[in-house]
Amino acid sequence: MTVESTAARTPRRSSTSGGKRASAKKAAPKKGTEPELVQLLTPEGKRVKNAQYDEYVAGITADDLRGLYRDMVLTRRFDAEATSLQRQGELGLWASLLGQEAAQIGSGRATRDDDYVFPTYREHGVAWCRGVDPTNLLGMFRGVNNGGWDPNTNNFHLYTIVIGSQTLHATGYAMGVAKDGADSAVIAYFGDGASSQGDVAEAFTFSAVYNAPVVFFCQNNQWAISEPTEKQTRVPLYQRAQGYGFPGVRVDGNDVLAVLAVTKWALERARTGEGPALIEAFTYRMGAHTTSDDPSKYRNDDERVAWEAKDPILRLKAYLESEGHADEGFFAELEAESEALGKRVREVVRAMPDPDLMAIFENAYADGHALVDEERAQFAAYQASFADEGGK
Amino acid sequence: MGVQKLPLAKAINESLRTALENDPKVLIMGEDVGKLGGVFRVTDGLQKDFGEERVIDTPLAESGIVGTAIGLALRGYRPVVEIQFDGFVFPAYDQIVTQLAKMHARALGKIKMPVVIRIPYGGGIGAVEHHSESPEALFAHVAGLKVVSPSNSSDAYWMMQQAIQSNDPVIFFEPKRRYWDKSEVDKDAIPGPLHKAQVVREGTDLTLAAYGPMVKVCLEAAAAAAEEGKSLEVVDLRSMSPIDFDTVQSSVEKTRRLVVVHEAPVFLGTGAEIAARITERCFYHLEAPVLRVGGYHAPYPPARLEEEYLPGLDRVLDTVDRSLAY
Repeated sequence: MTVESTAARTPRRSSTSGGKRASAKKAAPKKGTEPELVQLLTPEGKRVKNAQYDEYVAGITADDLRGLYRDMVLTRRFDAEATSLQRQGELGLWASLLGQEAAQIGSGRATRDDDYVFPTYREHGVAWCRGVDPTNLLGMFRGVNNGGWDPNTNNFHLYTIVIGSQTLHATGYAMGVAKDGADSAVIAYFGDGASSQGDVAEAFTFSAVYNAPVVFFCQNNQWAISEPTEKQTRVPLYQRAQGYGFPGVRVDGNDVLAVLAVTKWALERARTGEGPALIEAFTYRMGAHTTSDDPSKYRNDDERVAWEAKDPILRLKAYLESEGHADEGFFAELEAESEALGKRVREVVRAMPDPDLMAIFENAYADGHALVDEERAQFAAYQASFADEGGK
Repeated sequence: MGVQKLPLAKAINESLRTALENDPKVLIMGEDVGKLGGVFRVTDGLQKDFGEERVIDTPLAESGIVGTAIGLALRGYRPVVEIQFDGFVFPAYDQIVTQLAKMHARALGKIKMPVVIRIPYGGGIGAVEHHSESPEALFAHVAGLKVVSPSNSSDAYWMMQQAIQSNDPVIFFEPKRRYWDKSEVDKDAIPGPLHKAQVVREGTDLTLAAYGPMVKVCLEAAAAAAEEGKSLEVVDLRSMSPIDFDTVQSSVEKTRRLVVVHEAPVFLGTGAEIAARITERCFYHLEAPVLRVGGYHAPYPPARLEEEYLPGLDRVLDTVDRSLAY
């Protein structure tokens, strides 16, 4: 596969990027201007045609659409519950996905069971699509573990907190997939802030050089904690792919149908040996970076209000209603299901046991380590010395 | 196969070859490891015989090399990556420390990280800066990593086999100035455990503990001391994480004196840990405080000064005399 032939399949790029030599100042994206992006559903919920990507959602049924809606509603409900639990002191921290449901559900539902997902720490919606029990995601935020699930059960890797590291893991995993001759694909999630990290650049390089079947899925939610995207890049992020020799495409990240279509396109390319692709899902973090953050210090309400009009859930709801794909009964049932999910999450979190004291030493090494053995014995003896006082 | 006399670099080469033959999941990765066979030729001929899919020339990006090796390990491979020189490992330090070391624990033991990171390390070859450093303590300090360094060809051959078979990440420090030293390798032998120290010369008056490039210096020091009627025992630690304190302790209980020798800066180094532990374990046996010989708290010097900077025979023997004078 040559660079030329992949470039030939590259989706049409923004007209601002080509041709004329522009000064660096002019090349920088202007805040507030509408970027060119792939969209299948307008913010009002109207279906628009797209010659290139319609085929990837051509077979979608009313049932599928209701499924996507359900996924987004339940994910938002789970997220809201986790935020509340943090406020109630049940979680030490929470990273909310509010506003990014379409980006996550659309891309997550595009994956196949044998694909492998490398998330950052906000991919609760993708985890949902992969069948990871949402309560498993809360262990690390409650402080009972640092990961807590078997990545191979759902082909969903552990959350990665160091920014961008997982893009290299995804690339290496994809190199292994290619070596095995398997036809599955790998998808790596990261944010606009992570795009500044060297690891992401190195992942792009390695994936291109080895033609690895990996899709880079950047959720550009406009803010890296308090730093706007302009502090990360002078060119639209999806255009970075061109410099590495693979296609990049910007999709309306609040349009679940468009995200589904574009991600299916990219994953199919990867599976058929056409190598990596970069998707920039243009979206918005409606809430704070985490529960420790205070967005009122660095962004104004107007921006949020403007993005609320593009809400991914309301958009699909409008479409379902206008097409007659869902009735009152469906919405009422989903509401009840949401409440039940919230209740279950609350109960499971509160019942989560603290880890065993000796867990500190568990799994530090796979094959054992003499120093760990020695310190484990010392720690056990120290703890045992409190036995008479009724200690643990 | 029997016993052969091999340079240390060749012993590693043959060990890698054996590993590639025995296990199709073993991969070699790094800058220039393919056609060139590595800048020290440690991987010479391997790509020719095993192909570009097994012996992989990588882009010039250390974080990428280690980060993708982690991904390959997650997929079931056993990557052996080469960092070209000691001072070049730092772009990969984040991946090694925050990702590689912790992956097994974070997954509650559900996934393993059988990655070997080969680092030619240490001075004495007249190189430019960043080509002569000894950063082993930085890695030994990190839980989740194992850190080893062979001092001779036999250990180089067998320890590499064992490192590749390990389900834990192993940082494999290769003493680059010993690459061309020849010694015997018995490929039919049954090797001892990877992390066990070895008494490589018996003695009664004082224990010298060293690893990697400094073992040879200590053996020479012991031979010189013997001419002055002093009997020095030399312990080759072989592993800096874990450290086999039991073997050091047994030796010190016999000799009652310990000098630790390494090229790395003394401050907060491997020698400091050994001094502290052995003082704790052997307090009533010791006739003198544990002394250390090593590098200074200064950047590794330009090559014209390295002979003065590196612990040599005289510095080791002076420190032995200090210990014996207590």
